[in-house]
Amino acid sequence: MQHRKYPFIVGFLIVPLVLYVTFVLWPYLQTFGYSLTDWQGESQSFKFIGFDNYSTLFHDSIFRTALWHNILLLIFLPVITILLALFFAFMVNVGGRERAGGVQGVRGAGFYKVVYFFPQVLSVAILIVLFGAVYRSDSSGLLNGVLVKLNLEDANNPIEWLNDPNTVLWCLLAIQVWAGVGFYLVLFSAAMQSIPKEIYEAALLDGAGRSQTFFKVTLPLLWDSVQTSWVYLSIFAMDFFALVSGLTPGAGYGGGPDHHSEVMATYLMRNFLYFGKSGYACAQGVIIMLVTLIVSAVTLRASRRDRIEF
Amino acid sequence: MTSPITESQAGLPKPITGAGDARKSREGDSRDNGNGGRVLNAFSHGFLAVWAIMIVFPLCWIILSAFKNNSEIGSSAWSWPSHWSFGAFGRAWDKGIGDYFVNTLIVMVFSVPLTMLFGSMVAYVLARYEFPGNRFFYFLFVGGAMFPYFLALVPLFFMVKNLGMLNTYQGLILVYIAYSLPFTTFFMHSFFKTLPTAIHEAAVLDGASHTRTFFQVMVPMAKPGLLSVGIFNVLGQWNQYILPVTLMQQQSSTDKDRSMLAQGLVNLALQQGYAGDYPALFAGMVIAMLPVLVVYLSFQRQVQAGLTAGTLK
Repeated sequence: MQHRKYPFIVGFLIVPLVLYVTFVLWPYLQTFGYSLTDWQGESQSFKFIGFDNYSTLFHDSIFRTALWHNILLLIFLPVITILLALFFAFMVNVGGRERAGGVQGVRGAGFYKVVYFFPQVLSVAILIVLFGAVYRSDSSGLLNGVLVKLNLEDANNPIEWLNDPNTVLWCLLAIQVWAGVGFYLVLFSAAMQSIPKEIYEAALLDGAGRSQTFFKVTLPLLWDSVQTSWVYLSIFAMDFFALVSGLTPGAGYGGGPDHHSEVMATYLMRNFLYFGKSGYACAQGVIIMLVTLIVSAVTLRASRRDRIEF
Repeated sequence: MTSPITESQAGLPKPITGAGDARKSREGDSRDNGNGGRVLNAFSHGFLAVWAIMIVFPLCWIILSAFKNNSEIGSSAWSWPSHWSFGAFGRAWDKGIGDYFVNTLIVMVFSVPLTMLFGSMVAYVLARYEFPGNRFFYFLFVGGAMFPYFLALVPLFFMVKNLGMLNTYQGLILVYIAYSLPFTTFFMHSFFKTLPTAIHEAAVLDGASHTRTFFQVMVPMAKPGLLSVGIFNVLGQWNQYILPVTLMQQQSSTDKDRSMLAQGLVNLALQQGYAGDYPALFAGMVIAMLPVLVVYLSFQRQVQAGLTAGTLK
């Protein structure tokens, strides 16, 4: 048996390995190399220019704006999504009426979970079409329609959500929150359900209120899930390419009005496919990766706590 | 961790109404501490219902819009379709959604099963066989999941171009497989680790070859894991956006438009601003949404488990 082990191992690994190295690992490595050149894409001739691309990047005001927008998203997307998801998860699982048996979830908890999770399975393209209609700049858009109906807004002077430099980024953030909360609700619910009921009952017997129960019992026991969610959402916050390029004004992958919704991903794609600055785009790819790694590492480190076994 | 949360939440801008609601309710939550569950119960139902409406209402509204005509859509958000016809769905299908649908199916019929096959093969060998370099290969495969796509995008484009596979199905299939491998390997690796060794040994003693043991003994035992990661890959590849946008552009005017559904729908949406057939656009969206909706509602437990399993690890 032993003598046939190695051909088998090699036979199973070789095809996936070739695919993986060709399309994933090698491009990753190449990006670092190309980021040090003035490569223009179509021509195969380029010269080594050291870290010039990087120093240009840090003097590029559009890139700095894009980086700043990503940082805003990095802060707000995880905070809002996780808070909402925790709140809903708590409501769904232990927010119900107290009965003889102790703490209960609300009635219809299963229904809420099904509905809330649904946006997660929708393609980002569907979100783009849907929210393009919701945010329409006249009163035929759903959001403006609702506001006009509630008399919160003048029908003749509707808010141009996606054309207004002050609202555009927050509108996109709201889409991602809308789509993401259900996923984390389900994630946190699963974690909450693995917490033994007796712990809650003990807390209630000791006279703890609901919010005390939440902060002193539930949250510490959920810490691991919150931490993973934070990292996961940070990675999402570094992207936003599809929403920005599909919904915001501006030639070549959106980002308007006047770069007020520019993110690093759209600027990278514009430099690459519109301006043909491949080397420059590679340098941006490296920066995106570095920021992602730094954020993940910092999150995991800053939120490290003793693991509670139960 | 709690203090930055409250700080940044206070700085929340107005438009995000959902988040504002949550804050208010949280304050309310702590105030009626002593009143027990009754008030809280009403609160929780209230807020849960509001969010549920915020999810369902826009979706229903857009489905309704597919039956309106252009002037009804343009006049007011609250208009009602004057007559119910499926004309917009036909126009959407003819305008390209049908082709995009078929394109996506062609790619996924190959990419998903091959992803599962290759991912399981790698995971199985790495989980069940000791050999020098085992750990190295494991981290090599799994490590790829740590980096954003954008890091690879530019060289990937030229790699696919040099292979002559830009805007071809086979090119996208290979790229999808390659980028789905890290997670699939990772997930199946931990799954194969948990399977009992006794059955495996019995198969080997009975004289089954390694390959046969894998396909006839181990794969059937790994079905629950395969289902979870399979759903994950189906949804992930169905919804993939940045890879097709980069790799599936028409190379010349005679080149066939092989856009994927997500990409094609966004292109239609961007063109609709000029061409202005909104009902068809919304109908196209409904067509793109329906299969996912059906899959989700029939397998919602597995879908939720499959997708969340990815983050928990």
